[in-house]
Amino acid sequence: MEKVLTRYIQPDGVPLDARAYEQAGGYQSVPKALKMAPKEVTEIVKQSNLRGRGGAGFPTGMKWTFVPTGPNAPHPKYLCANADEMEPGTFKDRLLLESAPHQLIEGMIVAAYAIEADVAYIFVRGEYVLAIERLQKAVAEAYNAGYLGQNILGSGFSLQMYVHASGGRYMCGEETGLLNALEGKRANPRTKPPFPQVSGLFGKPTIVQNVETLSNLPHILNHGPEWFKGLSKSEDAGTKLYGVSGKVKRPGLWELPMGTTIRELLEEHAGGMQEGLAFRGVLPGGASTDFLTAQHLDVKMDFGGVQKAGSRLGTGTMIVLDDRTCPVGMVRNLEHFFAQESCGWCTPCWSGLSWAEQILTSIEEGRGRPEDLEELEFICKFCAPGNTFCALAPGAVEPLQSALKYFREDFERHILAQHCPWRTH
Amino acid sequence: MTKIFVDGKAYEVKADQSLLQACLSLGLNLPYFCWHPALGSVGACRQCAVKQFRDEKDTRGRLVMSCMTPAADGTRISIEDAEAAAFRKGIIEGLMLNHPHDCPVCDEGGECHLQDMTVMTGHDYRRTRFPKRTFHNQYLGPLINHEMNRCIQCYRCVRYYREYAGGHDFDAFSSRSQVYFGRYQDGVLENEFAGNLVEICPTGVFTDKTLKRHYTRKWDLQFGPSVCVHCGLGCNISAGERYGTLRRIVNRYNGEVNGYFLCDRGRFGYEFVNSAERLKQPLQRQDGKLQPISKARALEALAGLLADPKKVIGIGSPRASLEANYALRALVGADRFYTGLSASAARLTAVALEMLRRGPARTPSLGEIERADAVLILGEDVTNVAPRMALALRQSVRQQPMRKADQLKIPRWLDHPVRELAQDQKGPLYIATPAATRLDDVATETYRAAPDKIARLGYAVAHALDAGAPDVAGLSEAERSLAARIAEALKSAERPLVVSGPSLNSEAILQAAANVARALSAAGRAPSLSLTAPECNTLGVTMIGGGSLADAFQAVKSGSADTVIILENDLYRRASARAVDEFFSSARHIVLLDSVTTPTVQKAELVLPAATFAESDGTLVSSEGRAQRFFEVYPPVGEIQSSWRWLRDIMMAAGRREAAAWQDLDAVVASVSDGIPALAAVAQAAPSASFRLAGAKIPREPHRYSGRTAMLANINVSEPKPPEDSDSSLAFSMEGVFAQPPASLIPFFWSPGWNSIQSVNKFQEEIAGPLRGGDPGVRLLEPSAAEPRAYFTPASEPTSGSAGEWLLVPLYHIFGSEELSRLAPGIAELSPQPYVALNPEDANALGVQEETSVTLSLESVSRTLPVKLMPGLARGLAGLPAGILPIEGSGLPAWSRISRA
Ligand SMILES: Cc1cc2nc3c(=O)[nH]c(=O)nc-3n(C[C@H](O)[C@H](O)[C@H](O)COP(=O)(O)O)c2cc1C
Ligand code: SF4
Ligand code: SF4
Ligand code: SF4
Ligand code: FES
Repeated sequence: MEKVLTRYIQPDGVPLDARAYEQAGGYQSVPKALKMAPKEVTEIVKQSNLRGRGGAGFPTGMKWTFVPTGPNAPHPKYLCANADEMEPGTFKDRLLLESAPHQLIEGMIVAAYAIEADVAYIFVRGEYVLAIERLQKAVAEAYNAGYLGQNILGSGFSLQMYVHASGGRYMCGEETGLLNALEGKRANPRTKPPFPQVSGLFGKPTIVQNVETLSNLPHILNHGPEWFKGLSKSEDAGTKLYGVSGKVKRPGLWELPMGTTIRELLEEHAGGMQEGLAFRGVLPGGASTDFLTAQHLDVKMDFGGVQKAGSRLGTGTMIVLDDRTCPVGMVRNLEHFFAQESCGWCTPCWSGLSWAEQILTSIEEGRGRPEDLEELEFICKFCAPGNTFCALAPGAVEPLQSALKYFREDFERHILAQHCPWRTH
Repeated sequence: MTKIFVDGKAYEVKADQSLLQACLSLGLNLPYFCWHPALGSVGACRQCAVKQFRDEKDTRGRLVMSCMTPAADGTRISIEDAEAAAFRKGIIEGLMLNHPHDCPVCDEGGECHLQDMTVMTGHDYRRTRFPKRTFHNQYLGPLINHEMNRCIQCYRCVRYYREYAGGHDFDAFSSRSQVYFGRYQDGVLENEFAGNLVEICPTGVFTDKTLKRHYTRKWDLQFGPSVCVHCGLGCNISAGERYGTLRRIVNRYNGEVNGYFLCDRGRFGYEFVNSAERLKQPLQRQDGKLQPISKARALEALAGLLADPKKVIGIGSPRASLEANYALRALVGADRFYTGLSASAARLTAVALEMLRRGPARTPSLGEIERADAVLILGEDVTNVAPRMALALRQSVRQQPMRKADQLKIPRWLDHPVRELAQDQKGPLYIATPAATRLDDVATETYRAAPDKIARLGYAVAHALDAGAPDVAGLSEAERSLAARIAEALKSAERPLVVSGPSLNSEAILQAAANVARALSAAGRAPSLSLTAPECNTLGVTMIGGGSLADAFQAVKSGSADTVIILENDLYRRASARAVDEFFSSARHIVLLDSVTTPTVQKAELVLPAATFAESDGTLVSSEGRAQRFFEVYPPVGEIQSSWRWLRDIMMAAGRREAAAWQDLDAVVASVSDGIPALAAVAQAAPSASFRLAGAKIPREPHRYSGRTAMLANINVSEPKPPEDSDSSLAFSMEGVFAQPPASLIPFFWSPGWNSIQSVNKFQEEIAGPLRGGDPGVRLLEPSAAEPRAYFTPASEPTSGSAGEWLLVPLYHIFGSEELSRLAPGIAELSPQPYVALNPEDANALGVQEETSVTLSLESVSRTLPVKLMPGLARGLAGLPAGILPIEGSGLPAWSRISRA
C-alpha cells in the first residue's frame, strides 16, 4: 500500500527538518496552492471526499465553504489545528505531531490559504511535551524557509502560526471548548449556531480541524482528488491511521486504506489476542464509542460501516476487551474519566456521569443493587444526543449503554455475587 | 407577530424571542434555571426541555431546549409530552443528587425557585444513595451569605456578576460536578450590585445576610410596595416587616425604572429604620435636655409657638415626600417655605429642572438609559451617586456591538454567541470626571480634570457638533481631538445620551451638558439628558418651589422670622457648622420633625417623631421626573406618624381648620396636585384608597402568613382587629383575593406555584416588558415644544487658585455618602473613614504617602486627615469623601492648602 500520512516518517521517529522535508518532496503543495484561487483549493478538497479525522467525520471541504471569503469578509480569520488528543485509547495524532510536523504545517498553510486565514494555532495537548518541542522547532524552520510569515513565496498571502500548549482538559479538544480555551476562558463549549466558521476565535471566522485531517491536505493537492479516493477500500476516501490497544500481541498504529476491517486490524496487524486470552469486544473508535463484539469483526472501519454496526468510527483507534478483563471495571474506569472531564456546564452530563461513576464503582466493589442497572440506563438516555449541550456526554455513555447491552450478565453477576468475578480476593 | 403551536393550541406571540420566553409570556408553566430575562439564554441547565415537531405530521418529535430555540413562525412544540416531562423531572433529580435538601434551615425556603421548579416537574424521590459533595463556604462581607452546598450549577450568579455587573472578584472555579461559585478567597464582594445575587441565585447559596440577623420567611412578612429613598433614581422596592421591624428589601420590578435589579445601598440600607437612632416620642427641651412629652403636650406647645404665624418659616426636605413638604408649605405659607436645599443645590436643581422642561433633550428612564447607544458622562461618578444608573450604562455599551449580531442573525437573547462575537468591543461611552470611576473599565475614553475643565470639554463637544454652539478657547490639542471624537460618536448614534448632574456643584458642567444635548438636536438627533439628583425627592421639593436654606438663614437673620419648623432635614449636612450654628442661635424656636437622631436634633426645642418610608405613604419625584408613590409597610408604632399627619395636627392645634380635610393621603395628594400646577399629575401615580380589587382591599400579607392570632397574645389573648389603612387600598391583613393589583400597588410578587421573586413573570404584560396595566409612576417632565433656549456661553477662563493651593473636590461613596443608609450596620461597615485623596505624583511632590497625616486648611478651618493615594485623581486636585465629614465653608469644590501635620 502507498504510504501517505506516514511517508515522511523515519524509522527512528525523528522528524525531518525543513530542508530534508523539502528534499523528500515536502512543501510542494504550498506553491501549487498559492497559484490557485482559494476557492479552487476548497473545491479540490471537496472533491477528494476528505472527512474529518477528529471523530465526527464532517466533510472538510464543505466545512470551509461556510467561511465568509472575499473583500468584505471579517479579518483576522483563524485556523486551528486540533492536536488536543485526550480521548482515551487514541494516540494517532501524536505520531504525526512528533514525527511529521512539517506535513501538518504544510497542510495548515494550504487550509489557511483556502479560507483566507491570517493566523493559525496548533492547539496541542499539554502532556505532548516532545510534540510541542518539535512543532515549535518546525514552525520556526517554516518561518525561516519563507512558508510562514508575510507574503509567503511572493504570493501576497501571509500567515502567522503559533503553537499553543493546552492546560489539559478533554473538553479543550471539543472544537468550541478549544476556542474558549485559546481565548483564555473556561473550556466550556459554545452555542451553535453560530458556527465557528462564522463567529469563532475572538468572534472571527474560524476553522478547527484535526491534525490527521490537515496532514492529508498536501497529498491531496499534490496528487489530486481522484488519487485520494482511490487510496481507500470504501466509500470514504484516503488512508487512515488505525490504532489497536488492549491485550493483543502487537498493539500499535498503522496507516491503512480507509475501510480496512476490524478483523484484519486485529488479526493481521495487531497479531491477534495475547496467548490464553479470548476476544470479547472492542471500542472501535476510542473510548467514546459503543462496544462491538465478535459478530462485528468483519465490519469495515469507515464512517458508514461502523455506524451501521451500531457504533462510530470516531478516531479509528480501537480498544480491545478480552475475557480476563472485567467489563464493568473497564467501563467504570472510562466513566471515571468522562465524569472527571465533564466541563460542568449541563446538568445531564455533570450530574449524570458522576452518578454513573458512583453506581459503577459500587457494583464493581460488590455493593451493587438490582435497581442500579435501571438507573444506569436512565443516565444513558439522560445523556443522549440533543439532551446535553455538547457531544461529550453522549459519547461518554456510548461504552456504558453498549456494555449494558452486550455484557449485561456480567453486571448482573456482580450484583448477585456482591463481588467482582474477575477479582481473586 | 408569529404563530406557534403549543400542545396543539395556536398562539400569536412576539417574534425575536425564545420559545421559553414566549411560553412564559403566554402564562404557561415551563420550568427553567439558567435562563434569566435580563441575562438571556445559555442552555446550561437543560430544565426547559420541550418536544419540538417538524410539522403536523411529525408525531415523534425531538427534545429541544425551549430557551435556546427561537419562537419561529409555525413552530410546534409540546410541553406536556411524556418524554419531555420525564426529562424535566430527571433534570431535577440530577440537580438534587448533591443538593443538601436543607430547606427547613435554608433562608431561601418558601421563596425558592428550586423548590418551585421541583414541585412543577413532579420530582419527589431521589434514587441516589451516595454521599454528596461538600464545599467550603466563604465570608463575602456583611451583606451576603454563602452556602455553596446548595448550588445547582446554573451559572446565573457568575454570568450576572461578571458579564452583567462587570465584577471581577467572583468566578466559577473547578469543573464537572464540583464547580465552585465564589471569590478566589474569602472577602467582601467588591461589586456594588452584588446584592442582586440574592435574587439571581435560584437556590439558597446567596442569601441576604441582613435578613438572617432577624430572619423571617417570606410568607410571614408583611409587605409594602415602596420606593427606595437612598438616591434620586427612585428604584421600586418591596419592603417586608414582622413584629414591627423592617426585615428586608427586595426588588420590585418596574420595567422602565429598576427592572430586575437594585444597588446594594438600596437593598441593604433599610436597617436605619430599625436603628437605635430612631426618634420614637415627641421630645421637648427642658433644662437644656430633650425630654419625652406626650403628643398632646407637644401640639399644645406648638400651638403656642405658632401664635404669630408671620414669624414662622418652614424648611422642607429633599428626603421627605411631596405630601410632607406640601403640608409644611401649607402650614407656613408659600412665601415662608424653603426647600431645605443648600443655596448651590437649589440653584443647580432649578437650572436642571428648567433644562429638562425646555428641552430639546428628554429625560430618559433607566430603561431608556440601558438602550442608549452612545453616552457622554460629564462630571458624575455615577456608580457612587446614582448607582442603579451605572448598571444601566454598563448595558448601554453593548448596544452598538450587538448590531453586529443582528447582521449575522444571531438573536440578541442568545447571550453567549452575542458576547463571543462582540468580544471586548464596547461603547461608545466617554467619561469626564475628576477621579477614576467604577465604569472606566467599559469606557471608550476617560478624561480626568477639574470641574471647570470638564465643563469646557463639554462646551467643546457641543461646538464640534454644531458650529453655532459657542466654542472655548485654550483647549489643548488632545482635548480638542477628544471633543471631536466624542462629538462624532454621539452624532453617529441613534440614541445618544448625556449624563450629568450637580455632584461637582458646577453650573458650568450642567450648562455644557445642556449645550451638548442642544447641539445634538441641532444635528438632527433626538438626545436624552439624564441629570442625577442627590436625594430621593430633590426634584419634587424643587418643583414645589421655595427659597434655599441660605434664604431661610437670611429670613431669620433679618428678623423677619424667629420660629423655624424643620422637616426631615439635618441642616449640618447642607451648610457649614458655623452657618448652621449661627442660624440656630439667632432663631428663637426650632421645631424638628424627623425619624432619626441627627446633629440638628440637638438644637431643636421640640422634636416630633416622624415615620420613615416604611411606616408612611407619599410621593417622590425621581431624577427622571417620575412621580412614584410609596406605601406603608406597617403602621407606625406609638407616637410616630407621617410628617404630613404631624403637620396637619399642628395646623389643627393652631386653629387652622382647613387642615381638617386632610384625613387621609388622597386628600393631601389632591391638595398637592391642585396646589402646584407642575405636580398636577401626581394623583395619577397610583390608584386612590377607594380602589378595590374584586371588591376587596389588597392584602399586604401572603395568604400563608402565620401566627396572626398568636403574635400579639402576650399583650392580649383576643386577636386584635387589624389596623385600618385609610390611606391606601392596601390592607394590613392576609385577607383578600388573589388577583393582580395595579402595578403601583403590588406589595410582593407571588403566584400559585411561583413562590420566589421570579413570579414577577406572571405580572408582566410580556416577559421583561411592562407590568400589566403599565409600569408604576407618572412622568412629570416632557420637553416643551417651544423653541429651545439659546446656548449657554462658557466663562472665558477656568477658575484657578493661587500658588500652592489644591482644588478640593467631593468624592462620593455608595456606602457612606448617603445620610440614612449610613445608619445601617452593614453599610456603615463598608463606609470609608475620612481621608484626603491625592494623586500619587502630587503626594510625592508634597512628600507624603498613604496614611500620612496632613493638615487641610480651607477658609478659616483646618483639619488633620490621613492621605489616601488615588491614582485616577486629576493632578492638582485633592478629594474629600462626600457626606462623611462636616461641611466646611461654602462647600466643595473649594481651594485649600495641604501640609504635613
Ligand atoms: C469531548 C470532545 C473532545 C474532542 N477532542 C478532540 C481532539 O482531541 N481532537 C480532535 O481533532 N477532535 C476532537 N473532538 C472533535 C472536535 O470537536 C471537532 O469535531 C474536530 O476537531 C473537527 O476536526 P475534523 O473535522 O478535522 O475532524 C472532540 C470532540 C468532543 C465532543
Ligand atoms: S455535555 Fe455538557 S457538561 Fe458535558 S462537557 Fe459538554 S457541555 Fe460540558
Ligand atoms: S450559586 Fe446559585 S446562581 Fe450560582 S450556579 Fe449555584 S445555584 Fe446557580
Ligand atoms: S440606585 Fe438609588 S434608588 Fe436605586 S436602589 Fe440604589 S440607592 Fe436606591
Ligand atoms: S433554562 Fe433552558 S437550558 Fe437552562
